[in-house]
Amino acid sequence: MAKGKSVTHVINRDWCKGCGICVHFCPKQVLELDSDEKAVAARPEDCIGCKLCELRCPDLAIQILIEEGE
Amino acid sequence: MAENIQFIPGSDACIEGALYAGCEFFAGYPITPSSEVAEGLSKELPKRGGKFIQMEDEIASMACVIGASLAGKKSMTATSGPGFSLKQEGIGYACMTETPCVIANVQRGGPSTGNPTHVAQGDTMQARWGAHGDHSIIAMTASNLQDVFKMTVEAFNLAETYRTPVVLMFDEATQHLREKVVIPEPGEIEVIDRIRTDIPVGEQYYPYLTDANGQRPMSDFGAGHRFHVTGLHHNLLGFPDVSPENVNELIHHLVDKIDSKANEIARYKEYYMDDADYVIVCYGTTTRSALQAAEDYRNQLGIKVGVLELQVVWPFADEIVREKCANAKAVIVSEMNMGQIVREVRRVVDQPEKVYFSNRVDNQIIKPADIKAALRMITGKGV
Amino acid sequence: MSDTQFDVNKYIRAQFFPQMWCPGCGHGTVMGALLRAIHDLGLENDDVSVVSGIGCSSRISGYLDFNTAHTMHGRALPTATGIKLANPNLKVIVPFGDGDSTAIGGNHFIHACRRNIDITAIVMNNRIYGMTGGQYSPMSGRGVKASTAPYGVPDESFDLVELAKGAGASFVARTTVYHAKEAQNTIKKAIEHKGFSVVEILSMCPTQFGRKNKAGEAPQMMEWYKDNTVPMGSKKLADNPDLIQRGVFVDDNERLEYCTAYQELVIDKVMKKG
Repeated sequence: MAKGKSVTHVINRDWCKGCGICVHFCPKQVLELDSDEKAVAARPEDCIGCKLCELRCPDLAIQILIEEGE
Repeated sequence: MAENIQFIPGSDACIEGALYAGCEFFAGYPITPSSEVAEGLSKELPKRGGKFIQMEDEIASMACVIGASLAGKKSMTATSGPGFSLKQEGIGYACMTETPCVIANVQRGGPSTGNPTHVAQGDTMQARWGAHGDHSIIAMTASNLQDVFKMTVEAFNLAETYRTPVVLMFDEATQHLREKVVIPEPGEIEVIDRIRTDIPVGEQYYPYLTDANGQRPMSDFGAGHRFHVTGLHHNLLGFPDVSPENVNELIHHLVDKIDSKANEIARYKEYYMDDADYVIVCYGTTTRSALQAAEDYRNQLGIKVGVLELQVVWPFADEIVREKCANAKAVIVSEMNMGQIVREVRRVVDQPEKVYFSNRVDNQIIKPADIKAALRMITGKGV
Repeated sequence: MSDTQFDVNKYIRAQFFPQMWCPGCGHGTVMGALLRAIHDLGLENDDVSVVSGIGCSSRISGYLDFNTAHTMHGRALPTATGIKLANPNLKVIVPFGDGDSTAIGGNHFIHACRRNIDITAIVMNNRIYGMTGGQYSPMSGRGVKASTAPYGVPDESFDLVELAKGAGASFVARTTVYHAKEAQNTIKKAIEHKGFSVVEILSMCPTQFGRKNKAGEAPQMMEWYKDNTVPMGSKKLADNPDLIQRGVFVDDNERLEYCTAYQELVIDKVMKKG
């Protein structure tokens, strides 16, 4: 995890269509498609909060919440 | 104050009517014989803070007019011949989205390029059915320039009242004629403004919900109600809805809102109709010759001929035409086409076999002699 | 400018989500970039009008909580022109497809550029007619397979940037859905620009274009834009002139905007004359 940051992946499973864009381009392989073909944050602790998944998600289904501190 | 009397061409009568009605926006494309309307409004609108734009084609000018109307402006365009064909896509969109607008179609000879500088009434059915899909529409005409003025004002009024495109079916002859027109004082003829919603901003606004007065009050783009407009079948909120029940209701509404009000929308003039044995049904320029023929028959032969001038052609005033023609021995429909309104008259009268047809399609106006030829055939007497 | 956290729900009609586009359709990414740009600019929903035409991309207007019009095929720009002229206070944005903007609406496109009216045109270019079943568009390019070009498209495509430049648009840019942040910032600049702004965003249609042209799934199609585009004037162009350039090609604030021109050169002039 990015130092001093707490990152939460809010993924709207109803909107996610499982296109795999977020999974493919995640620089830290944080995301995976689960058995329902929905994106999940499998390794959230590795997330660096770059938000590339949120920016590219065509379904507007991902929101990355970053809390600074600690 | 002295009366405002002008001696002007038909195009100016249309322009004066549009300004009187509060037209604030014109988009158009040059085409004969309607260009004078665009020219005049390009001069007059900016004097009043209104806007004129010459677009890249007829399709664009129709779309532009619809856009301006969505943003709250009383808007119009003018066209002729092939331009009217090109505008049909936008007219259909305006019908579907219930966007008020006025289209002056100064008719010329067709089909295709036909004869740009001569008269015809060949677009009558196109005005009714030109856009694809089921819809209804209002189309108006006039035979003299005072009425060109008046019908133009009324066209804006009807467009706002019924949230519909209204077609002004003028023709080359009325448009290029010069006549005396008395411009009424403000208030003399009622002007109906955009009927806007009183739903407060922030509350749910339904752009297609009929209120207790039978109106569907509008809002303007930018006024805070943030609604959606689409040419797709849509629900009362304006959002796409293709469920059979919704589509059925929508199509019935689009047709019924006009057709069921045919008697209220009807505008017509009667001349010598009280005791008429023979009725000439006509519209536009043709009316002038019909009047002459009727007067000559009455004055010289004592044969009672009357004239029924339709000023609203669509929706067709079924009941009114049936009633006015009920006591006639014969009905002559006179129009400058191969037979368009005659079909409607035959459809509505009690005895279709008593309906005769008098026409010209040679780019010449119908003359009194043309109508008298028909009367001679029917009555056996001529003048 | 907005200091608040971007919340997509402020800008969409969430009741219609998930949106109708296929999995991996680039149009959703463009929509996201547009909404973030609007957020960055701190625009109020009431002050924005989104006008689209017909096609997959043009369904965008229905999803957005602005003053929205889903118009006729090709006619988004002339409709938007009417809206803008009637209410110049509105920020008018026209997101539409490559067929809508360059084929059936091509004439309207060049004239909107020429007029320099303050509208932002976002061309969501996926090089195909998606909604009607994968027919080729003026942006497909020679050799592309399409349902109406089973042997490959015989004709050349437009270069939209050159077209817009030539026609006189005062802001012209190109980016891709891979470069989503760049797209967001480019749209932001385009909306801020006073005049006609064109942003071509290379988007993708995995369903119609991808399958027929063996371009892979959505991630592979996005990769293609990473590998085959370069920033404007990149040195890589010397080795490979086929690379597609991204960037802001025109940003001319000197040209008179149409609504201003009409006000100053027509209305004010007439009023002064009395």
